[in-house]
Amino acid sequence: MEEKRIRELLCLGMKIRKKGLEAVQAAGSGHIGGSFSLADILSVLYFEKMNIDPRNPREEDRDRFVLSKGHCTPAMYAALALKGYFPEEELKKFRHIDSNLSGHVEMTKIPGIDMSAGSLGQGFSAAVGMAVSGKVYHKDYYVYTALGDGELQEGQIWEAFMAAGNYKLDHLIAFIDNNNLQIDGTIEEVMSPYPIKEKIEAFKWNVLEIDGHNPEQTADAVDKAKECKGRPTAIIAKTVKGKGVSFMENNVNWHGKTPDAEQFKQAFEELNEQILKWEV
Amino acid sequence: MADIISTREAYGRALSKYGEREDILVFDADLTICTMSCYFAEKYPGRFFNAGIAEANMIGMSAGAATTGKIAFCHTFAMFAAGRGYDQIRNSIAYPKLNVKIVGTHAGLSVGEDGATHQCIEDLSLMRTIPNMTVICPCDANETEEAVKAMIAYNGPCYLRLGRSGVESITNYFPKYKFILGKGVLLKEGTDVSIIAAGQMVQAALRAADILEKKGIEAMVINIHTLKPLDKEIILMAAKKTGAIVTSEEHNIIGGLGAAVAEAVTLEYPVPVIRHGVEDVFGHSGKAEELMEKYGLTAENLARKAEIAIQMKG
Repeated sequence: MEEKRIRELLCLGMKIRKKGLEAVQAAGSGHIGGSFSLADILSVLYFEKMNIDPRNPREEDRDRFVLSKGHCTPAMYAALALKGYFPEEELKKFRHIDSNLSGHVEMTKIPGIDMSAGSLGQGFSAAVGMAVSGKVYHKDYYVYTALGDGELQEGQIWEAFMAAGNYKLDHLIAFIDNNNLQIDGTIEEVMSPYPIKEKIEAFKWNVLEIDGHNPEQTADAVDKAKECKGRPTAIIAKTVKGKGVSFMENNVNWHGKTPDAEQFKQAFEELNEQILKWEV
Repeated sequence: MADIISTREAYGRALSKYGEREDILVFDADLTICTMSCYFAEKYPGRFFNAGIAEANMIGMSAGAATTGKIAFCHTFAMFAAGRGYDQIRNSIAYPKLNVKIVGTHAGLSVGEDGATHQCIEDLSLMRTIPNMTVICPCDANETEEAVKAMIAYNGPCYLRLGRSGVESITNYFPKYKFILGKGVLLKEGTDVSIIAAGQMVQAALRAADILEKKGIEAMVINIHTLKPLDKEIILMAAKKTGAIVTSEEHNIIGGLGAAVAEAVTLEYPVPVIRHGVEDVFGHSGKAEELMEKYGLTAENLARKAEIAIQMKG
């Protein structure tokens, strides 16, 4: 990947964070930490890899994305708005009574959302079902999904891993946002899902490991996933919860907390600096 | 003598018959020979997926398949669909209003010997309370086939409740019988009391009406195959015409047909409503007919309750 393109994607990742944070500020609530760990992956998927057209969000042969960690709507909606699915001004009405931008992803009213999710563990199964349908009807679309690493504690996740491996769904690509934190602490403290790689491999999946904040590694992993036939691919992305804002990074408190006025100010300053840094 | 066939058997045959539609995808959770999705699986193996004993994922996969414009059918026992899969049905199917048909077989006490863990007496209540959900409980083979056709024609989430044991075929013997989703069926006219039943208690309701007739009591009998959306029109007609209602279902008296009927009349035309069903207790092992007797799900008991309802009329 060219240096210029890497910078563009990193810049888009920071813009996703900034727009997401503006949405949280307008709402007075929302999940920042997990949105910021996922932002660079969304940047690569929505602006580099996915076969999608914001003017035709229901196109039958499009690639799909399921946000199984369905609470990370600040980043999700920001990515969709930046891609052109709906006006950026809509983000200011995030979680408002008169807006469709609900706290967790909702597919019937939000253009670009392919599955409603929020009850953890469920989105992944839906992604498997989309891939099943694609296989039966000989479609070429890819189904992408993003799971939280804490979400791996849900039993349904392993039912879905087992099914997708046995069905040999090689058009299914699952990102695991491995930021190592969940509401009550580190994932090891609460209920360790490690070793993640070995577990998923045992379910007949191809497993890749990347730095989830490195667009080149993310894009390469998607290419490798597409080359792998007869097995679905899981991409374990090492990430930093709260990435992009110094005082939020790796801090368990920033799962669903709303910053105060001073914190918002500092966070926007830091994000703006990084947008300028990466701008081409 | 009328023929005896279980609703799950009739269902399996109907699914394989109407499953010729290329846009139907079918899922089961290791119960194909029990839910009778096996007939479809044999005929259309390319569109059938066994999820293994993993109901939550099966329901979720069905939802995902439906987002691609297909009609997804998923199958397990009522207990593991409505019970274990409640959150998945609510959030992954009903909330996004996806075209998934959830088929719960072996519902109620008539599961028999397997006992209380498998005798789901709460599914109608659980499914009825979810917005966007259509809830169907057919009484016999013919009505089950009609329900399958109607579910395919309807674009949206449905829960279909089926039984394990053989039940008498009745609806095909009613010349005017017509299945319309969301519409009750008047099976017998009457002026003294209304018996409103669902599932195999419809057959019991007709027998109860015969018992009452011998005592000079004219009971109206209504079959409510669709619990949601509920046909309020026919229920209010019954309330106005007879002034007393007995509901009958192979389900807990809490939350099911009885509750639905009571909710309907309370609001618009209050009359006494006696709910005949499982009296908020768990089931037991035993033969289906022994269990129906033990828990009072008989025509005789239903007839007695009808007489009490008449006495309660103001």
